[in-house]
This record gives sequence, C-alpha cells and structure tokens, in this order.
Amino acid sequence: MPKSKQQRQLFYLMPYGLWLILFVVAPLVLLLFQSLTTQDGHFTLHNYALYFSSGTYLLMTFNSVWYAFLITIITLLISYPTAYLLNQLKQKQFWLLLVILPTWINLLLKTYAFIGLLSKTGTVNNFMSLFGIVPQQLLFSNWSFLLVASYIEIPFMILPIFNSLAEINPRLEQASRDLGANRWQTLRRVIMPLSMPGIKAGIQAVFIPSLSLFMITRLIGGNRVITLGTAIEEHFLVTQNWHLGSTIGVILIVAMVITMIFTRDRKNSRKRG
Amino acid sequence: MQPVKLCAFLVTIDLLIKSEGWELTNISTPIIEFKNVGLSYGDDEVLKNIDLELEAGKFYTLLGPSGSGKTTILNLISGQLRVTHGDIFFEGNIINDVPVEKRHMNTVFQDYGLFPNMTVFENVAFGPSIKGMSKKNIKTKVTEMLTLVKLNQYADREITELSGGQRQRVAIARALANDPEVLLLDEPLSALDYKLRKEMQYELREIQQRLGITFVFVTHDQEEALAMSDWIFVMNDGVIQQNGSPEDIYDEPINHFVADFIGESNILDGIMKTDYLVHFTGKDFENVDAGMRPNERVEIVLRPEDLDLTTIENGKLIVTIADQSFRGDYYEITAIDDDGNEWQVQATNKSQIDARVGLTFDPEDIHIMRFNESENDFDARLESYEGEEDAEK
Repeated sequence: MPKSKQQRQLFYLMPYGLWLILFVVAPLVLLLFQSLTTQDGHFTLHNYALYFSSGTYLLMTFNSVWYAFLITIITLLISYPTAYLLNQLKQKQFWLLLVILPTWINLLLKTYAFIGLLSKTGTVNNFMSLFGIVPQQLLFSNWSFLLVASYIEIPFMILPIFNSLAEINPRLEQASRDLGANRWQTLRRVIMPLSMPGIKAGIQAVFIPSLSLFMITRLIGGNRVITLGTAIEEHFLVTQNWHLGSTIGVILIVAMVITMIFTRDRKNSRKRG
Repeated sequence: MQPVKLCAFLVTIDLLIKSEGWELTNISTPIIEFKNVGLSYGDDEVLKNIDLELEAGKFYTLLGPSGSGKTTILNLISGQLRVTHGDIFFEGNIINDVPVEKRHMNTVFQDYGLFPNMTVFENVAFGPSIKGMSKKNIKTKVTEMLTLVKLNQYADREITELSGGQRQRVAIARALANDPEVLLLDEPLSALDYKLRKEMQYELREIQQRLGITFVFVTHDQEEALAMSDWIFVMNDGVIQQNGSPEDIYDEPINHFVADFIGESNILDGIMKTDYLVHFTGKDFENVDAGMRPNERVEIVLRPEDLDLTTIENGKLIVTIADQSFRGDYYEITAIDDDGNEWQVQATNKSQIDARVGLTFDPEDIHIMRFNESENDFDARLESYEGEEDAEK
C-alpha cells in the first residue's frame, strides 16, 4: 500500500488518469499529428493552408459559428425566464426534473421523433389540414434545424442558470425592492449580474456542442445546413481524408477553447483591493 | 478625505439638518399607524388585532422572543408582507397595497442583504441611482453616508473584504442613502460580538438623533431595547403585551410575561387583602398599590436589585443562601425562603452558602400584577387611586 499522502492521492487518481491518457490526451495528440501529415506520413502544413484558403471551409466555419450562436441565443432567451420562474415555484425540484427528463432519452430517438412530427405526413401537418391548410415542407429547412437543435440544448442551458439563481440569497431581492427598485430593475441590476456564472456555464454547455452538431443537420436540416461537424463526418466517413478531417477537428477544438476563455468565470481572477 | 475637510463636512451636515428643520415633519398625525391589523397564514394567526401609533422622529423598539410577531410587524410596515385584515397608515394615508419600492422607508436586514457583486460604494449608491440621481449627486450622497457610518475609507472595497461590523455599517449607510422617513432595523446587531454590539447601539442612537428620522428597531435583546429606545412595544404570541418608555416597562410590567422577559424578576403568587396591603409567603406586607377587589389573587414582582440581604432581625423574610456567582459588579445570589420559594438577589457583598439571613425590601419595590389586566385598565386604575391620593393631600 502507498505510504505518504501524496502517494495515496496518486493511487486514487490512477484509474481516471489512465482513462484520461487513453481516451482524451492520446486522441488529441493523434488528431494533431494527423492534421500535420500527408497521406504518406510526411510533415506538412498543407491541410491548414487548404482550409484557410478555401471559401467553402471558411463559409462552413462561419455557418457553424452562426448557427451555434443562434441556437445559443434562442435557448438562452427561453431558458432564462424559465429558470427564473422555476425558482419561484414551490415544487421546483419536481418541475426541474421534468425539464431535465428529455436529456435522459437518446439524442437520435428525439431527432427521429421530430421527423415524425414535422414530416409532410406528420402530426403537425395532419393537425393543420384540419383547418384546410395544405401540408407544408417543414423538415429540411434552417428553421426546423434551429427548432430541433434548440429543443435538444434547452435543458443544458436551464440547469446551470437554475442552479446559479437558486444560490442567490432571496434577501437580496428583498433588499433591492426595499431600496426602491421595481421587479424589472431588481432582475436587471441584482439577479442577472449574480446569475452571470450560470449564464456563462449555460453558454458553454450549449454553444460548444452546437459548433459540431452533425446528426441533426443531416436528419432535420437535410444537409441544407453544413457545419464543421458535418464536414468532419464527411471527411472521415465519406471521402476518407482523415488528415483534412483532423485539421478541421483541431480548428474546432481551438474554437472551443476560445469560447471557454471568453465565458470562464472571471470572479476568481478579479483584482482585489 | 483629510481630517480638516472631514470636520468641515460634518459641520455642513449638521447645519443642513438644522436649517432644513427635519423635525418640523412631526405634526399631530402619527407617521405610522396600525388599526386593528391582523395577519394569518391559513389558521395560523401570526398577528392579532394590532393597534399602534408611531410618532415621527422617535426611536421605537419591537421587543419579543422569536415567533412573537415583531418581525412580521416590521415586514408589514416595509411592505414585504400584506395584512389579512385591518389598515396601515403612513402620515394619515392607507398604504396597505402600496408596493415595497414606493414606500418612504428602508430596511437594515439581519443578514445585511448586501449585494456581493458590488463594491461598498455601489451598494450605497444603489438606491439613489435607482431614483435617477445624477452621478455627481450620487457621489456626494454616498460620501456623506459613508462618513456618517465612519466607512469613508472603504468605498472601493469588495463586500467580501469587510468584517461583520463593517458590513453592518454599509447596510445602515445603504438604507439611509435613500433619505427614508422611517428606518426599519431587523435585529441588525444580533450577529455582532458583545463589545461591537454595545458600540453600535450607541452609534445607532446617535445617528437617529442626528438625522431626526423615525427608527423602528426589532430585537429579542431586552438590554438593547432598554438602552436605545424612546418607546418599547413588548410582543408575545402576536399580541402587543405592553408598550411604554423603557422605564415604565421595567418598573411597571403589566403581566407575568413582561416581568419575566424584561430584566430579572422574582415572581410570586399573592393576595391583595385591601388597598396597600398584600399577602405573600404567608405574611402581610405594606405596599403602594390599590384599586383592586378585596382579597383578589395577584402576582407579585420583586426585582433582584431591589432586594437587600440583612440580619435576621431586620429581615422581612428569612432565607437560606443556596448559591452565588460573581458577576463583576455584584454577586448574583439564589436564596430559598421557608416556604420553598426561590429568590434572586443582587448583593454587593459576598455571602456564605447555607447561611441564614434576612431579606428586606421597600413597600414601593413590591409591584402587583393583576391577572388579565389590559394596559388601558391598568392606566385607568392607576389614575383613579393616584387621583384619590392627590385629593387627600
């Protein structure tokens, strides 16, 4: 058995450390290595040059960021008031459970469910036909993509915001009202700044995965929306150009890191005094 | 700010207060009035038919144990709670449904409720900035308030960097920055240590007198209430048990609860045989109360500091010393009389445990409490026989 405290800590860390090395560090290194080599193993910056000189890839990058941005905004606009309301409810844990419940269901299943809802012979069109409206093409559009992606991401936005709101001492709201602020002023000047860590965490949890969405783009967006996620899938599974796929992967990871930096909790690094 | 400037500034504040004559607001209408106010949660009656009047410019204390309804009254005044029945008036107008933010009062909360995302300055500036005051005026106002609570050096500090006592001061400055006509204080000193609490009691009283606004202070600490207040409301079970000046309440507690809650008391059962003659512990004693039915059952209150130990010959009662503890400026002595009643006595001299000594007191130290006598009945009775006495003279 390990003796010193340090040794013991190392011992406990071993299982996860191994996991981390095998499934996180090693793939990242491989990804970086592949992005910097040619098909026959020579070192090259060609893949990056190709990426940055190609209008298609840059447009794809822009698309990814743009759609991830839209999804984040939509979920934020829906989630903040919802989380705020949830916090005021008596049975808040129960209602929160209902919000979280969909995340326990497989992503693919939920996506297929939407196909059932939105297709030409789907529930929505059937319902509309009761009012004499001719079935519309609802699937395979930007809108349906945004709808389904936002639906899937909403719990990941609500949860951190709910948690940060729950941590706020209710006394602060009382104090704000006592000092003459109405409900809206209280929300804007006290509650929102104090729930910022939750908002940032929610943005991280939604924006970053949204950058690389690919299944929904295909099934719901019908490949009308092409994002970096779709491009990576294309290169690995269809064109078999793993090197260019890796390059896009590396760029995606860099984009994620940048997002993390922008949304990290600055409170700890804030200058004191 | 430099000391000289600071002095000049304080003088300016004083002049401002004097020239604006803030005490002029005190005309006959009470600043706050409760008429038959009650509050219930379902069947749980938290407040029962409260009537009270507060005059402008005084220091009021709501005193009572936890759950007595004192904080409920404060929350009704501030607007955090709504009445179930009855009316609340502010300067003669009903304010039952006026929202919190529209009332001319501010609160110092028990846990301070300071905004952790703001500096000291920003906390104090919150009220004025909500009101839309200009940046320049806000700065003047905040500086004035921080000077008042002696924290002007701390404007740029984070709240987390302050001690409990300093946070307390920020909370007071923040509440006063809105120029409230009434300042509500919800057990603001209870989290401070003894010495700091004493200091703040003195300072709060000073601030209240300097600003001349009405303070409503909630506490469960009777010492604090006696030391600071112009007028005390003693609360229990959602009812005002007694209200009066600190001296009145201490000297003439109206019932068992008040006598027990305020200060130390020896409370015994007795019989008021005739006017000015009371019977307890098997003996008759001369006293100064009258106006009761012959042989009415009453309760007797004798304060420990009014009792003296003496020789057996001089004692009105004979007691055995059971216990004593040194309290700094006196000895707290527990003695048992021959009927088995326990007596708390504050004595200047040390005693011998198990010694038999005499216990003595003056007729005016015997305070009589009738069962279920209301404050109004009490006042009327007192007036009736005091009037008689005057007539006799």
